[in-house]
Amino acid sequence: MTEHTKVDHSSDNLDETMPSTPGPTVLEKSKPRSANMAANKVECNACPVLCQITEGRTGACDRWGNVEGVLTRIDPVILMRRPFGPPASPASRLEAEARAEGDVAVQEASAATGLVPETDLFVSGVGSGTTYPDYKPAPFIVASKADGVDMVTVVTEGIFSYCSFKVKIDTDRYLGPEQSNIRHKGEIVGHVTTAEYGSQMLSLGGVHHLTGGSKKEGRITCDVMMALGNKQAVELSIDGGAQLVVQAGKAPIVDGVEEKRMRVGCGSAAIGIFAKQWYGHTDEVVVVDDHITGVLTEHQAGRCLDIPLSGIKMKGRKSTPGRYFQVANPGNGWGGTDISDPLSIIEGFDPEVARPGLRLLITSTTGEHAEYYELDDSLQPQRKPMPAPLQKTVDRIGENCEPSLASVLFLGGAGGSLRAGVTENPIWLTNSIKKSLVNVTCGGAPAYIWAGGGITVMVDVMRMPDNSFGYVPTPAIVAPIEFSMRLSDYERLGGHVGDVQAIGDVLARANHRIIDWVDGASPWPIAGKPVLG
Amino acid sequence: MAAAVVAPHPSGAACAMLQDGRWHFQHGPIDLVIGVDGSSDAVHAAIPGAWQRFTQILPELAGELAWLRRPAGQGTQAQCRVAARMLAACRPYAAQVFVTPMAAVAGSVADELIGFFSAQAGIERAYINNGGDIALHIGPDRAYRIGLFSDLGRVGHLPPGLDGAFEITAGMPVRGVATSGWRGRSFSMGIADSVTVLAADAAQADVAATLVANQVFVDHAAVRRAPADTLKDDTDLGSRLVTVDVGPLPRAAIDQALGFGAAYAQRLCDDGSIHGAVLMLQGSVRIVGIACGPDALESGPRPLTQFKAMEGRTSLSGMQRQKESHV
Repeated sequence: MTEHTKVDHSSDNLDETMPSTPGPTVLEKSKPRSANMAANKVECNACPVLCQITEGRTGACDRWGNVEGVLTRIDPVILMRRPFGPPASPASRLEAEARAEGDVAVQEASAATGLVPETDLFVSGVGSGTTYPDYKPAPFIVASKADGVDMVTVVTEGIFSYCSFKVKIDTDRYLGPEQSNIRHKGEIVGHVTTAEYGSQMLSLGGVHHLTGGSKKEGRITCDVMMALGNKQAVELSIDGGAQLVVQAGKAPIVDGVEEKRMRVGCGSAAIGIFAKQWYGHTDEVVVVDDHITGVLTEHQAGRCLDIPLSGIKMKGRKSTPGRYFQVANPGNGWGGTDISDPLSIIEGFDPEVARPGLRLLITSTTGEHAEYYELDDSLQPQRKPMPAPLQKTVDRIGENCEPSLASVLFLGGAGGSLRAGVTENPIWLTNSIKKSLVNVTCGGAPAYIWAGGGITVMVDVMRMPDNSFGYVPTPAIVAPIEFSMRLSDYERLGGHVGDVQAIGDVLARANHRIIDWVDGASPWPIAGKPVLG
Repeated sequence: MAAAVVAPHPSGAACAMLQDGRWHFQHGPIDLVIGVDGSSDAVHAAIPGAWQRFTQILPELAGELAWLRRPAGQGTQAQCRVAARMLAACRPYAAQVFVTPMAAVAGSVADELIGFFSAQAGIERAYINNGGDIALHIGPDRAYRIGLFSDLGRVGHLPPGLDGAFEITAGMPVRGVATSGWRGRSFSMGIADSVTVLAADAAQADVAATLVANQVFVDHAAVRRAPADTLKDDTDLGSRLVTVDVGPLPRAAIDQALGFGAAYAQRLCDDGSIHGAVLMLQGSVRIVGIACGPDALESGPRPLTQFKAMEGRTSLSGMQRQKESHV
């Protein structure tokens, strides 16, 4: 039996392995490969000035530059100012007073740099740039304090080949078969994955589409991913299914129809939820739903409450008691069916069971449609004004229907070479995260760290600043990532402590822009714990 | 940040209303922030005209860039109004110093658009801030407070606050305020952290701020300079040396550099080219002209020692950081 050599990568024994070999002299930029290449210019056509930009420089606007011969958007690094924190500091008070008086320069300047206490500023990875080769320290390694403890945030942009966007689309509409290809401009950019409760799920992007297919497939996939991450609308078509327009935080549009509200549940679930609230106020309830239409008196919930059968005879295919499939065709009428008259799904009432005066509520699963009837002497339902207690239950159904949204999660693997910008032994970073010593955020947004190996992060793009994502022509997606920890821990994990700079230095030296904290619900990243899976 | 975004213009120009009600116009290297006070009808009447005109400006200027990047003063005929403003603002200086019309581009763009607000009834006051070069419209009995602050590099370390605040009232002859310095987006041949100039309009303030900032200079080992054309393509400054870094300077050097700049600014005040200037370098300040009058400077002129006490204040506000570069 072979004895494996056991390597303990844990951060417990970091102390004894404090590194720091005297290294070679590192050039800030690589030497030009040839004189000709260094002289290469690119013409920028982003605006009428049409700058001819030499490699390594930016155009007149400082927004576009020549990066290794490629015209590249050069964005300022985004700093975020938190709205909470210590009670009004002198600076913010002064700023507030100045604003109240309509002070021109102060307003402008505070929008651009801000008189914000350092403790209320966070340098995000958005626009921070990347360093290559990876052995160079990350673009910003920023010192700060939290509760008197010295903290460090390593700020960078990661270039992600292994990454994807998971899109949750709140709809019960059939979007297409699971595993179906999803296309944009004819190219395959992802697939339909397992549906979840009340939602259809898409998986878009990923290394196989980015780099595993044709060049065009890679480029189009990259476009789609960047647009989704940047909260823009994207048109998608599912093979054998629907045409979609999805945009993070907005209602999805399915085959040209904007989804409004999620239903409270299927018709059967609605019966289960509200049976007791209907008890005594009506003798029968039908909840119309394209998937499963529920009938109170036959349903288990009605049985448990000992509600007598009403004698109603439903169209459609009976599943289990009180649950009916296919009472009508799918459509834009009641409960996602094509009906506009709810009585059209009722065949009649059994004269042996039903009685004149029987009270009947019919509602859709969103409460958008509802009618109240009473049976006349010939057992025909006659429309009557909705009694108040029943109206209340219908309103409550509506109240429980959340707005239908498309939600976009970025999923990427940061366990690769970008770690070298943080520490000289990458595994120490990975292990320190798993031990909750290092918080991981993307554009300040909390990132869920998937359990197991690597640093696989998942983050809601709505919690990130606008336009957080970029791309490189590889193609691969560029996304911000920040690692925040105690300075002492950073030293212990072999960090580039010689490159730590104060936020003030970032403000003074870096092309930057200060924005307000994007998501009030996101915790302040410094001194926070990672969201571990 | 943008609350309401107007559809992008075919020219590539973009317009957005910021959450606090200010407007943002951007096209290529031009970034304007516009603040307007007045009835909402008046504001909504004025903005479309200003926007329409704005979309034309960059294409017009791009067509004249070649001569605009050459020294002012030669008998060139400007084709568009903004170019004419630039030339008019720079020409008076061309006999004595090197200056191209580009030195006034930011202020001229701001001046070109401020008329849409001053001509509109119901607007009480307005400003157009083109990356630190500001054109003002001030209605009767109205005023603007212009704040100066400089602790860009030391946020959080100092008792933060304004280093000076000017009140510009309707009765004063000032309708333009501009700031220049080596830390800004455009190059400076001098070492001033900032020079802020008050003048009759933004174009005149813009060129004067540039030229006064150039005069704030001292030859010292802590000052690093490089030829402009090694830093940026198509710069109007050619191979002239521009400042790329200024390390800590001894008091005597600071005083000397500010002295050169203040003397030049005083001459410009005396001949009526400008109305005032504030010069800052590594925590020291010189105030010249109207800016040091007791009526103008908020809470009276601050003793110079008070400014000097603010050790480490190294640069002016972000308005100057984002200063319009030479296109």
